[in-house]
Amino acid sequence: MIRYILKRLVFIIPILIGVNLLTFALFFVVNSPEEIARLHLGDKRITQEQIFAWNEERGYNNPLFYNSSEKGLNKIQKTIFYEKSVKLFLFDFGVSDSGRDIKYDILQRMWPSLAIAFPSLVVGVLINITFALFFVFFRSTYVDYVGVIICVALMSISSLFYIIGGQYLISKLLHLVPISGYANGYDAIKFLILPVIISVIYGIGSGTRWYRSLFLEEIEKDYVKTAKSKGLSESSVLFNHVFKNALIPILTGVVVILPLLFLGSLIVESFFGIPGLGSYTIDAIQSQDFAIVRAMVFLGTILYIVGLVLTDISYTLVDPRVRLK
Amino acid sequence: MFVFLITDLFFFIVIIALFSYIFYVRKTPDLLDTWSYVFKKKTGALSILVLSFFMIIALCDSIRFKNKVYDENNKKYSYTSEISSLLDIILLPIHENSEKSYSSPFSSKLYSKETIKVDKDIDKRIYPKLEYKGNHNLYSDKNTHNIYITIIISFVKTLFICFFMYLIIFYKTLFKNFNKITTQFVKNKFIFLSFFIILLIFISLYDLSIQYYVLGTDKVGEDVLYKSIKSIRTGILIGTLTTIVMLPFAIFFGIFAGYIGGFVDDIIQFIYTTLYSIPSVLLIASAILMLQVYMANNPTNFENVYERADLRLFFLCMILGLTSWTGLCRLLRGESMKLREIEYVQASQTFGLSKISIIIRHIIPNIMHIVIITVVLDFSALVLAEAVLSYVNIGVDPSTYSWGNMINAARLEMSREPIVWWPLFAAFVFMFILVLFANLFSDVVRDAFDPRTNKNYE
Amino acid sequence: MFNSYRYIIIVFIIFLKGCSDKPLNNPYSDNLKNLKNVYYSSFQERPKHLDPARSYSSNEYAFIAQIYEPLYQYHYLKKPYELIPLVAAEMPEIIYLDDKFKQTSLNKKIYYTKYIIKIKEGILYQNHPAFYKKDNEYFYHNLDDDQLKNINTLKDFKYESTRELTSDDYIYQIKRLADNKNHSPISGVMSGYILGFDDFKNKINKKNELNGIKRIKFLQSTSIQGIEKINEYKFSIIIKNQYPQFIYWLAMPFFSPMPWEADSFYMQEKLIKKNITLNWFPVGTGPFRLIENNPNLRMVLDYNKNFRGEVYPSLDDKIINKKLISSNIVKSVPFIDKAIFSLEKEQIPRWNKFLQGYYDSSGIASDNFDQAVSFNNSGDIQLSKELEEKGIHLNTATAASTYYIGFNMLDPIVGGYESKARYLRQAITLAIDYDEYISIFANGRGIVAQSPIPPGIFGYQDGIKEYNKTIYTKVNNNLVKKNIVKAKDLLKKAGYVNGLDQKTGKPLVLYFEATGSGAETYAFLNWLRKQFKKINIQLVARVTDYNRFQEKMIKGTGQIFQWGWNADYPDPENFLFLLYSKNGKVKYGGENASNYSNYEFDKLFLKMKNMKNTKKRKQLIENMLAIVQNDSPWIWGFHPKSFSLSHSWLENVESNLMANNTLKYKKINNNIRYDMISKWNKPNYTLLHILFIIFLIFIFSVILMIRKKEKEKAYD
Repeated sequence: MIRYILKRLVFIIPILIGVNLLTFALFFVVNSPEEIARLHLGDKRITQEQIFAWNEERGYNNPLFYNSSEKGLNKIQKTIFYEKSVKLFLFDFGVSDSGRDIKYDILQRMWPSLAIAFPSLVVGVLINITFALFFVFFRSTYVDYVGVIICVALMSISSLFYIIGGQYLISKLLHLVPISGYANGYDAIKFLILPVIISVIYGIGSGTRWYRSLFLEEIEKDYVKTAKSKGLSESSVLFNHVFKNALIPILTGVVVILPLLFLGSLIVESFFGIPGLGSYTIDAIQSQDFAIVRAMVFLGTILYIVGLVLTDISYTLVDPRVRLK
Repeated sequence: MFVFLITDLFFFIVIIALFSYIFYVRKTPDLLDTWSYVFKKKTGALSILVLSFFMIIALCDSIRFKNKVYDENNKKYSYTSEISSLLDIILLPIHENSEKSYSSPFSSKLYSKETIKVDKDIDKRIYPKLEYKGNHNLYSDKNTHNIYITIIISFVKTLFICFFMYLIIFYKTLFKNFNKITTQFVKNKFIFLSFFIILLIFISLYDLSIQYYVLGTDKVGEDVLYKSIKSIRTGILIGTLTTIVMLPFAIFFGIFAGYIGGFVDDIIQFIYTTLYSIPSVLLIASAILMLQVYMANNPTNFENVYERADLRLFFLCMILGLTSWTGLCRLLRGESMKLREIEYVQASQTFGLSKISIIIRHIIPNIMHIVIITVVLDFSALVLAEAVLSYVNIGVDPSTYSWGNMINAARLEMSREPIVWWPLFAAFVFMFILVLFANLFSDVVRDAFDPRTNKNYE
Repeated sequence: MFNSYRYIIIVFIIFLKGCSDKPLNNPYSDNLKNLKNVYYSSFQERPKHLDPARSYSSNEYAFIAQIYEPLYQYHYLKKPYELIPLVAAEMPEIIYLDDKFKQTSLNKKIYYTKYIIKIKEGILYQNHPAFYKKDNEYFYHNLDDDQLKNINTLKDFKYESTRELTSDDYIYQIKRLADNKNHSPISGVMSGYILGFDDFKNKINKKNELNGIKRIKFLQSTSIQGIEKINEYKFSIIIKNQYPQFIYWLAMPFFSPMPWEADSFYMQEKLIKKNITLNWFPVGTGPFRLIENNPNLRMVLDYNKNFRGEVYPSLDDKIINKKLISSNIVKSVPFIDKAIFSLEKEQIPRWNKFLQGYYDSSGIASDNFDQAVSFNNSGDIQLSKELEEKGIHLNTATAASTYYIGFNMLDPIVGGYESKARYLRQAITLAIDYDEYISIFANGRGIVAQSPIPPGIFGYQDGIKEYNKTIYTKVNNNLVKKNIVKAKDLLKKAGYVNGLDQKTGKPLVLYFEATGSGAETYAFLNWLRKQFKKINIQLVARVTDYNRFQEKMIKGTGQIFQWGWNADYPDPENFLFLLYSKNGKVKYGGENASNYSNYEFDKLFLKMKNMKNTKKRKQLIENMLAIVQNDSPWIWGFHPKSFSLSHSWLENVESNLMANNTLKYKKINNNIRYDMISKWNKPNYTLLHILFIIFLIFIFSVILMIRKKEKEKAYD
């Protein structure tokens, strides 16, 4: 077990290096440092020397990979690649192009993101499972049929419509919650209700269908048929056998996205003005703050991989039949 | 003079691929059975019908001509850099003129008041009449009356068309043994009825929108219905081109990794895990930025707006493809690994068949169902993704007609009072129809290809 | 069965009871009833820099102008705009000098101008940890890890102190402007004016290795030739030649005092790591201090207890004096104790929250205009009925800014000074209907420009008496724009009949450099294409990001572009210099983006530049405008009008677009505010009730259905 985890962790390293190289290439091909400087210095009365000073301050004036003007280790260390990419491995995200410490901001903005994403996930999974069980109970009747059609219809609506519509109806017409904003502590609840509800409703369509197919798959299995033939009631078969056995794929499906919750939801956060990592990323994209985007790419990658490893581990924990190679 | 943009060419490839697949299906009995299951199901047949309507519109919008201008001095025509598609020409009466600004659906007046000189010195603030539509005949004050008449006329037109079509097809089926699917298609009353309804909607919308702005006008007075119809091509292209771009990679790498294994497998696994691990929004954002740099540095390569917008659309498809091929690749790798161990593949190996011919003869036909299911499943997700990307401003070019751009603009319109709801509504309806039927279609296709589904059931 | 019915009914009653009329949508965590003097507003984009040496945009000024005080300020009420002393005790004494720095008179040649500035005595800085001393040592200037353990923001420092403002602080700030490490956008401009500034800049910027306190010591010990400290409250600045507009610079936040202690405090690496920098936590003498800076959420300004007080201005100076004597009648500004600015990136929520009463004032976004404003019979602007009923006030002002479409004069097709290109430019200028633009995109909030000079600035052409003779003619005393026929005629003269190049027979295609990517940009480009089509010219928009747009402008590879200019100060020089050849973007990196260069214009510009606003100057400006209007390097666009709305409880709202430090004058009536907000935001529970009933029915039928099915199964 431990050996397996270690093996997986070792496998992470080349992937991180690959991601690192790829993003480095992307970001330093897209815009030369001079252009980034001009963007961030503003547009009125900019001189060349200010641009130079700005680049120097952020270390963008160094060569890309090899600095022949330095001595010893500095030949490699005083380069853009070392400063901007290698240091990511030490979780040293550096300073954003607008001059703030990125690590500090990420630690601050992580919590609002979690405050939306975690309730949405938990409530969503519970509601989806309930609906799915309900449909499965009435499988191959009109209830199931209509239910699936409704699910497909819900899935076919873009998330943007849910957000725009929800905000218009609940906040603007009915005055039930604030239109946008955020506060710390318990005050956050009134700001979070609507985004959470919207995220949950948006997820109902695909989520319910997914769990429904999981349950249906399970119900076809022989042991369920045996249980039924023993005379057990439909609901006890559903809960005691089908649901229990379908828990493994449900659990692993949840585990894989757990780490990614930190990244927040891009669209929801920026619509509701919630200062989480999602809106952080969107702002960075729109203001072309590459330092932040780079850091977020790296962080996202790490979290994703952590999620994968966690899934593998949870497989073995939940189901001893699964042996890891 | 015909003009071909990059996405047009690729879209033609999609169409050709589609037709050759149909041809292939007709020759393969197994596949024919599977697909007749799709046609037999009501949702399947209906969604195929609706989707092909959308496809035809997209195709019409991909055949383009250069506009001509008459030069009085030299007494000859010369081509401008303006391009119209076949669809533009068909819909010319709808979008030829544009109003000044917003007007609501079926309205005869602008949506906001303006100061207009009534007399010499008297200014009045009134809702100005629309210039081109809504005030065309005696009935313009009695809109509903006129609308009913138009719809009845369209109904008669549709009846005629359907009647003739029925005759032609029925004639053919009586005397030639046309193919199994077409016969089913004609015999099925449900299908014919839905065909009739779709055609009726199409024709009456066309007739109505010559006289009215059926879905109102937007901020600069363009017909919203026309905008939404033009957006169909963008939606379909994003859904199909992306898969066309990613398919070769996914199939090639997937099979090689799975079938050959070893070192090749490790490398391919490394590549796709790396790509897959990067959050796709960020990858897309950086790549779109890169494209903008390229365009800014080579302005001469992009003679007109269309080419620029088109190239951006194409790149968007490529990038979306690049980020989404990894999932399919992983599936195919697993499947070919399984197939490698199957007896008849092992057997042909011992008979000394080359690896390539084994792949072509045994592996590819047996993984095609996974490919089909993935392609169909991805389609709707990609159409939805376009809207979200456009919201973040990393989607299609702002000058491209797309539902994402319409939604983006509608955010501001929603806060107006009285609220301008129709552009959002139009985008919603069109997108919903396309995605809904794509989803229904994918459901049926998945059932059809799933060996566990009992096909005689229902 | 009965039990469950009863249970459901009880739940339902509790649910109904829980609904009250109290507003649920308050976007703040404060209880509005208890808050007396808090002003609520929003900011759209997080300010990038709050360092007065560096800030140069209005969203940054909205904060720092309340905190830092430059020497002079604009009178809040007077129009045309007039400068009055702020920190300075009086307006500066101006002495003209000859080449040997001897006093001379205006009629002789002037080599230098000396400004002697006296500041008020006894002004204190806000309380700040940087000033705190223990045992005569600055307590926080050498922070160790132990001291920093529990510190996350500036508030976490336990001790604070203050000190008196002296002339040294102003001098120190001017030196900071020269230091490239501070990235001041005006360091280049100041080199041209202040004597010895350039030398000083070279000196300090050679010392790259100097950091922290050493750099501060260097700044303090090295002097600028033109700046001299006379005593603790008096100093002088010598500028080259004569430049009457220099006084306007002294009213900008760049010339705010900066205590060296603050610089020393904030330069500590460990604080920078915690995002505690001068860029985020200002130290000033103004009426407010920044107590919370969370640019992701909100910024809070609090009353500065050390503020000396200021009397609310009046148009009649005598009244002020009288009131001062009888004291207590006029309460000293600021009237509000606290101002909370919330981050609001999207226009829609901002507007809606304003309507709900949660923001005290708001500009009008173009898309909300129909609701907000209507025109009465005579064309005057009025608020719509709905807003009037809410008691909202409308304030209008024409901004001292101009938006234009420029031609790149270096371009082979649209540029150049021979008649062919000029006719082409004039034809395009005629074709573009800016009246329509204003009505579509700005909903009437603008004035069509005749020249670069906006209204309210000396030399403005009002379009009635004085107008652009190239595109307008007078018919029966009414100004009429020359029509499209005339434009096509000009195009013919330029060698393009019907939009086709006579030489090649190919259609004329022009390129427009556009920035932005939103829906608004798209609508604008669509509109612009239509305008060019009127005279059969095809316009191709090249959309890029602002970054790349700038690069194109600097390289001069663009053809047609749109840009704007906001006045730094209310003087025509600040607009006409946009066309002065020595400001050419490609050659000199200046602000003349169309790279216009006309010898005659330049000559007049240099003459006009240093004059007072006399008739002679007016004549010179007229001549200059005639030249550029004929050359048409720009399509004269429009001057935006700014409309802002404020609620009835906000008092003392005046539109003054030059003054930034106006927060101190605003006044809040909280009782009215609380009543109104409660009235406007009654929650509507209908939907919840319906949903609840549906939910109950659903649950109930589900239970019934399950039971039925179970029974069926049992019979099987």
